[in-house]
Amino acid sequence: MSTHVQAALSVANIHKAFGAAQVLKGISLDAHKGDVISILGASGSGKSTFLRCINLLETPDEGRIVLDGETIEMKRHRDGRLLPGSNRQVEAMRSKLGMVFQSFNLWSHMTVLQNVIEGPMRVLKRARAECVEEAEHLLHKVGLYDHRDYYPAHLSGGQQQRVAIARALAMNPQVMLFDEPTSALDPELVGEVLRVMRALAEEGRTMLVVTHEMGFARHVSNRVVFMQGGQIDCEGTPSELFEGLPTERFRQFVSSHQQRNHE
Amino acid sequence: MIDFAFMSDTLLKLLGALPTTLTLFFSSLALGLLLALVVVAMRVSRWPLLSYPARFYIMLFRGTPLLIQMFLIYYGLGQFPAVRHSVLWVVLKSPYGCAVISLALCTAGYTAEIIRGGLQSVPRGQIEAGQAVGMSRWTLLWRVIGPITLRQALPAYSTEAVLLVKSTALASLVTVWDVTGVAQQIIQRTYRTMEVFICAALIYLVLNFLVVRAVAWVEHRLSPHLRERPLGAPGKPTPETAPHS
Repeated sequence: MSTHVQAALSVANIHKAFGAAQVLKGISLDAHKGDVISILGASGSGKSTFLRCINLLETPDEGRIVLDGETIEMKRHRDGRLLPGSNRQVEAMRSKLGMVFQSFNLWSHMTVLQNVIEGPMRVLKRARAECVEEAEHLLHKVGLYDHRDYYPAHLSGGQQQRVAIARALAMNPQVMLFDEPTSALDPELVGEVLRVMRALAEEGRTMLVVTHEMGFARHVSNRVVFMQGGQIDCEGTPSELFEGLPTERFRQFVSSHQQRNHE
Repeated sequence: MIDFAFMSDTLLKLLGALPTTLTLFFSSLALGLLLALVVVAMRVSRWPLLSYPARFYIMLFRGTPLLIQMFLIYYGLGQFPAVRHSVLWVVLKSPYGCAVISLALCTAGYTAEIIRGGLQSVPRGQIEAGQAVGMSRWTLLWRVIGPITLRQALPAYSTEAVLLVKSTALASLVTVWDVTGVAQQIIQRTYRTMEVFICAALIYLVLNFLVVRAVAWVEHRLSPHLRERPLGAPGKPTPETAPHS
């Protein structure tokens, strides 16, 4: 990994344990501008936890996060846990990281449009009219402009996830984090979400995508990271990994997914 | 057998006491709600130094009869010179003040638990979504947690309000001339228990009907997301692929 060019997001040596279970055992990852990195791994390999450590929804026990050259300050609590040094810095950092969740997590009491303008208005303190204009543009882009006055409960899963993507984009984030964005969707709805994500990748958005979608990893991302047992088992370009099959574990993982898809 | 002239006369006399019952209700409801917010904030705190006193408060006021609480405040507190010489005496020297305070203290215990139930029902994911866009704690509380809690807590809170309307009747036992107090006064003079209490019950019934309707209206206004989707809007979502969360 090049350290000469400053990474958009640099994460180093992340450790995380839940009780006795050591979930992350020292993960490091650099994302440069325009990178689309797919993070693969069997369930329980720690990939979602890793993503959630990046925007501190989980506080790592150890490690360093640098976003756009700015290191997130951490301090050590008396009992040895690591804590964010400054809530304000964490909030500012999170506003630059768009997060898309597996279960969408739209605010149920707000309409589609309100969901999208909420962050820019309340966190970035931008003027309402400006936020609405941009939100409508984003909703056009994800194909839900006509649904702007709907409440989340009135939308399908795929539509909700596209709203969630628009909500994240409305913050104009430097890096987008996707936590298994299609795993909670019915198979016929996966495509509409992947299409939006592919379009974002083609625009040059920096994206970290935890996923089970092999097609996306292989054809859309420019780097693939395979996690196993809380560590990075192997990483590289899609062709290096999918054609080279560098480790036995990855070979097994790919073949089990192929089997599943052929069933 | 039924003396309509007497009943309408009684009803008018009782209605004269309605403002007392109403102000008892509204002031103890408002005061109780404010107190409940403090209690619940302490109750859900991570610090035992805050949460345990709140737990104790809730247990105390939910676990003992309101009438005894009212008697203790009305007959009991005045015995202490310290209380009589404090600013509290401004309120506690009057039966009405004692009634409002004890009603508020009691309803606050129940309301705190109702709000806590509402807080617990806020989906974790929606809180995380707020954190993930960089909301501060206050913004999150004000924009996400508060509104969802309010909607969840309203049905239970309307029950609490109804109970409070009925509890105001106890104030008559510490010599407040509310609807029940005046009713008892009329009975003592006329010995016509049935007619007078039926009139009094009727007033409480109408009052509670209005309370329930009012809260239901607020609930309806605040819950457009639980109603039908907008009529005539384009792009019907297919019902079988409805939300997972």
